[in-house]
Amino acid sequence: MEAGTIPAARSISVTINETTYEREVEARKLLIHFIRDDLDLTGSHIGCDTGNCGACSVIVDGTLVKSCMMLAVQADGSTIETVEGLADGDELSKLQQAFSSHHALQCGYCTPGMLMSATALLRSNPTPSEDEIKKGLQGNICRCTGYWNIFEAVKEASGQ
Amino acid sequence: MLLREVGYARPGSLGEALEMLTANDGARALAGGQTLINVMKARAGSPDALIDLSRIDELKGIDLDGDGTLRIGAMTTYTEIAESSEARARPILGDVCAQIADVQVRNRGTIGGNICTNDPTNHLPPLLVALDAQMTIYGEDGERRVSATDFFLGVYMTAVGQGELLTTITIPAGRGDGFAAVTLGVEGTCIVSAAASVDGSVRIALGCVDAVPVLLQPASADTDAVRAAVRDANLQPPSDVHASSEYRTHLAEVLAVRAVDQASEKKRS
Repeated sequence: MEAGTIPAARSISVTINETTYEREVEARKLLIHFIRDDLDLTGSHIGCDTGNCGACSVIVDGTLVKSCMMLAVQADGSTIETVEGLADGDELSKLQQAFSSHHALQCGYCTPGMLMSATALLRSNPTPSEDEIKKGLQGNICRCTGYWNIFEAVKEASGQ
Repeated sequence: MLLREVGYARPGSLGEALEMLTANDGARALAGGQTLINVMKARAGSPDALIDLSRIDELKGIDLDGDGTLRIGAMTTYTEIAESSEARARPILGDVCAQIADVQVRNRGTIGGNICTNDPTNHLPPLLVALDAQMTIYGEDGERRVSATDFFLGVYMTAVGQGELLTTITIPAGRGDGFAAVTLGVEGTCIVSAAASVDGSVRIALGCVDAVPVLLQPASADTDAVRAAVRDANLQPPSDVHASSEYRTHLAEVLAVRAVDQASEKKRS
């Protein structure tokens, strides 16, 4: 490519929840919009669109990120996990089941992000302390629950 | 949110990235994007093209030299620094990186992006001034080294010019360091921050009280000397919704003492 010509769109390939998608995307498209609008995976939510609320959190190449703070083109070649990939068919993951039994959601808007952050936390730290759970979920805002039931759910999912 | 139309390239080498930045006046380097993408959403900045630095190996990684000197690639993330065993050679680095924003931001945000943005509320500009770090800047004419003290020029402005890139941050050995801040919420944006190092001479750098970190070098780490140094600096910090100028001035003194006490404690331990 000539240094002077920088295209505003490119063809990308991403693998999301074990399905590979190849699409032409504009460089200005945020990853969250690509996931929701182009691929119709609407489990990940857009809360604030400013990187504060964490509702759009997904795991990119094993790393938890806010998908409104990343361009879709930056994800080219990546493996992405979203909330749709947590359950095995109709069977909820241990973490999802714990959210349900502990009433860790009310309106549920923040839940996809909370689940992805908690999933990432439990992978890197399978038995987190309460402080570690709080720190792990610091990037996710919930306006309903007061967080307590979310912490309880994560604790249970960790077998504590 | 829909950004303004923008070009995007992901060069694989430093040379290629520089060539693109030089050939396109409106192109900007994209590091972790945890500031720049929000800036673009708000239309506070609208680059014509983004040169994504994420695939340039020369900009990544942490090396620890035999004499304890750390060399950190500009594209190293906060999480990588916080989790690096090499970076523990200067423990304050990981400690501060682990308190920037939240997990998601720490996973993408980079040391180079943090300091090249030079937002006065960022954690790392005052810290690197206190630690007397050296920045390596690469451009058409080759490499040059700039001390942290000379690196920060104004709000959002640094010594890195158009067509140049920050490549490496070099930090000398040491352990007597401290960092104290009053933030918006736990680990949020700094209202005032203070970083201190007492290895050798005492260096204190205050954040959020001026366009660039304010370096103070009191004769000793005694509380009275530190307080006097802050007062003698005649700070005139800005007022905003979070704190008045007077309150920031007060916090600067309190936090400078806390950072120096922490540094003296670390040096003894």
